[in-house]
Amino acid sequence: MGHIESLPSSATRKPDDAALVAALRNVLPHAAVLTETEARRPYESDGLSAYRQQPQVVVLPANEAEVQAVLQVCHRLGVAVVARGHGTGLSGGAMPNERGVLMSLARLNRILEIDAHARTARVQPGVRNLAISEAVAPQGLYYAPDPSSQIACSIGGNVAENSGGVHCLKYGLTVHNLVKVRALLIDGTVIEVGADAPDAAGFDLLALLTGSEGLLAVVTEVTVRLLPRPRTVQALLASFDDVERAGQAVANIIAAGIIPAGLEMMDGPATRAAEAFVHANYPVDAEALLICESDGTAEEVADETARMRAVLEAAGATEVRFSRDEAERLKFWAGRKAAFPAVGRLAPDYYCIDGTIPRRTLGSVLNWMYARAEALGVQVVNVFHAGDGNLHPLLLFDAAKAGDFARTEVLANEILAKCVEVGGTITGEHGVGVEKIDAMCVQFNAAELGIFLGVKAAFDPDGLMNPGKAVPVLHRCAELGRMHVHHGALPHPDLPRF
Amino acid sequence: MPIPLPNPLAEAREALQQRVLRAVADRSPLRLVGGGTQAGLVRASAGEPLALSVLNGLIAYEPSELVITAGAGTPLSVLSATLADQGQMLPFEPALAGGQATLGGAVAAQRGGPRRWLAGSVRDFLLGVRLIDGLGQEVGFGGQVIKNVAGFDITRLQAGAWGSLGLITEVSVKVLPRPQAECTLQFAMAQAEALQQVNAWAGQPLPLSAVSWDQGILRLRLSGVPAALASACATLGGQALENDAAEAHWTSLRERTHPFFEQGGTLWRLAVKPTSPVLDLPGAVLWEWGGGQRWLRTEAPAELVRRSAERAGGHAMLWRGGESGVPVFHPPAAALAALQRRIKHALDPHGIFNPGTPDFL
Repeated sequence: MGHIESLPSSATRKPDDAALVAALRNVLPHAAVLTETEARRPYESDGLSAYRQQPQVVVLPANEAEVQAVLQVCHRLGVAVVARGHGTGLSGGAMPNERGVLMSLARLNRILEIDAHARTARVQPGVRNLAISEAVAPQGLYYAPDPSSQIACSIGGNVAENSGGVHCLKYGLTVHNLVKVRALLIDGTVIEVGADAPDAAGFDLLALLTGSEGLLAVVTEVTVRLLPRPRTVQALLASFDDVERAGQAVANIIAAGIIPAGLEMMDGPATRAAEAFVHANYPVDAEALLICESDGTAEEVADETARMRAVLEAAGATEVRFSRDEAERLKFWAGRKAAFPAVGRLAPDYYCIDGTIPRRTLGSVLNWMYARAEALGVQVVNVFHAGDGNLHPLLLFDAAKAGDFARTEVLANEILAKCVEVGGTITGEHGVGVEKIDAMCVQFNAAELGIFLGVKAAFDPDGLMNPGKAVPVLHRCAELGRMHVHHGALPHPDLPRF
Repeated sequence: MPIPLPNPLAEAREALQQRVLRAVADRSPLRLVGGGTQAGLVRASAGEPLALSVLNGLIAYEPSELVITAGAGTPLSVLSATLADQGQMLPFEPALAGGQATLGGAVAAQRGGPRRWLAGSVRDFLLGVRLIDGLGQEVGFGGQVIKNVAGFDITRLQAGAWGSLGLITEVSVKVLPRPQAECTLQFAMAQAEALQQVNAWAGQPLPLSAVSWDQGILRLRLSGVPAALASACATLGGQALENDAAEAHWTSLRERTHPFFEQGGTLWRLAVKPTSPVLDLPGAVLWEWGGGQRWLRTEAPAELVRRSAERAGGHAMLWRGGESGVPVFHPPAAALAALQRRIKHALDPHGIFNPGTPDFL
């Protein structure tokens, strides 16, 4: 989605390490080890294509034993390994390591067990997110987290990134919808974290692995929690002539004791772009549009939508529309779901930012952002998960114009710093990956980063799993001048810096 | 940041940090003491007692953010009352223990009551923590926003860590609106049938919020808008309980003052796959959470109880009594135990906090 082509490409690939390839061929079928440049090319980036790198070698294990064998080879030879699902990530978390192995888990794509009575499904990491809900639909169940890439993204990738979606406010993130994960440590040790029981013995390693961006272990099986599909779903479309009022309406809905299934905002430019693209019958003169969704029993939905309408009108909505049937509800969503490609028609390139802020600051942060964008000469369009305060500003630019991306990056960094300043975070759901590694130095001090590094070392002492991602090495922050060193001492001075 | 109040706990935090730094310098362990309501479970913990009751106070609360931040020593009863004033609640329905139970304790011991069944546990609602780590450093993880994926989830790692991974000073949790109405139905039902029936209901879009079974009676609480409750009750059948009796029942489970817990003998808490059939163990049973949390009063050997829990996809904690030398905590698999010791070392390299708790470390 983020099309940034103007970044310099990384160093050229090192020649094949014959010993590595031979060791991998020893444990995998010939066709599962890719060394040709053309064969490796599809793996050189994830959804954030600005960050590209050819790996030394690509491997395609087909089962857990093969994954284990690959890890044991990497461990023995001291080679970096990057696990990858379906490559839809938006932070460069699956960008290969030039000296390492890129391990695709796409072939581990079987649904192993559906337990409708216990409302769980046990699947391999390469199973697509949406495929789970499709498989359990006949039992009236579904898997709630629905990242926008859900038709393509893998559940293993969802675990690595703790993916969100448009229904997080009511149904939680990936971490809230997992039961159990089976994973391998770098030396091939099998661990099972979480439990079919409501809790597991010992520390909550399931929470620790979720969102660890492939730095701690490689997931080989995921047991997800399934929910009964609500009988009734209805959406409301509310127009506002001012983003600040729309932001206040979001806070008022929550303060009124309502937890909508979805609560999304599009600003004026996003609304007009979406309308031009999919003709969702959006009010094009609105400066902000809210899509509020309610689900549950018929009685619950009737009660909740009536209360939402009252709050929206009291907050100054210029128009509130109810979806009259399923077709109209889907039409309300069609524009929101097509907003990114619609915005993509406004400029040759755009950069999608991901940060979270407290809901009550929505209006003021958006207005601040418009002012900064204007000052820097960057066009910004906002379409985002308002209920969670999870912003996704789209910064438009033209990679072919000198200086255009540089201005965009300046604004991107200012937006992330603003998120931290108002009490939020540099990433709500896309992850840190390679993209936001420097922004981590803004959000965390040396002691906190030292703890991350210590946890990393507890799982992967040699730093072989997905090196260079998610957690910056301490001297990187120090060089950026962003690290707060307490009493002049670095924490954990004995730790390896990877 | 969220509310421009001076942090009322700054002084207490500073004093505790100095105390931890001294303990680090002397390599002398500390036993962290909250409200003391779990004292029976941390009997093995060594170290000089360090009272955390000074960390008592509300730091930030903005109802429209669905987040409350308070000192770890704040009584849950105070928080619950503050939230109730705004029509909100702690969704995991923890025991208040007559005002003794604290927020930090609920996190450390991963405590949840009847609503934990479908609403989620402390860990599910935990958004951020501030800690003093095992080197005496003040650190913070997570925050006050619902979506936050920056860095490893050190926040949720604290839930159920029994204070062994740091001295929690402040906690931010997500809160939810209180339901508009609740009602409780009861059914005479044998245990096996009740396990089957309640999980079948949980697979349907019904506004369920709590369940319990003991002595042949299944009780089911529903929470939501009155019209939805009326419609669901009509579907489910059963006998409606008077509001006062229902309230007393769920409170007695939340606080574990139900007559089941008042009787003597060895008491186990088994966390198992909810749909597991009736466990083949002697003794008296009361279960909650759709069959996921099963309380067992038995004099059966510990090994037998633990193997039975494992076969049912879970683990067993020795809650009360038992023969001497039986570990309180369920020993994890060898690979996991080793990994957990390394994690402990990363956060508390000198073993300052609660040595011996959990007892598998």
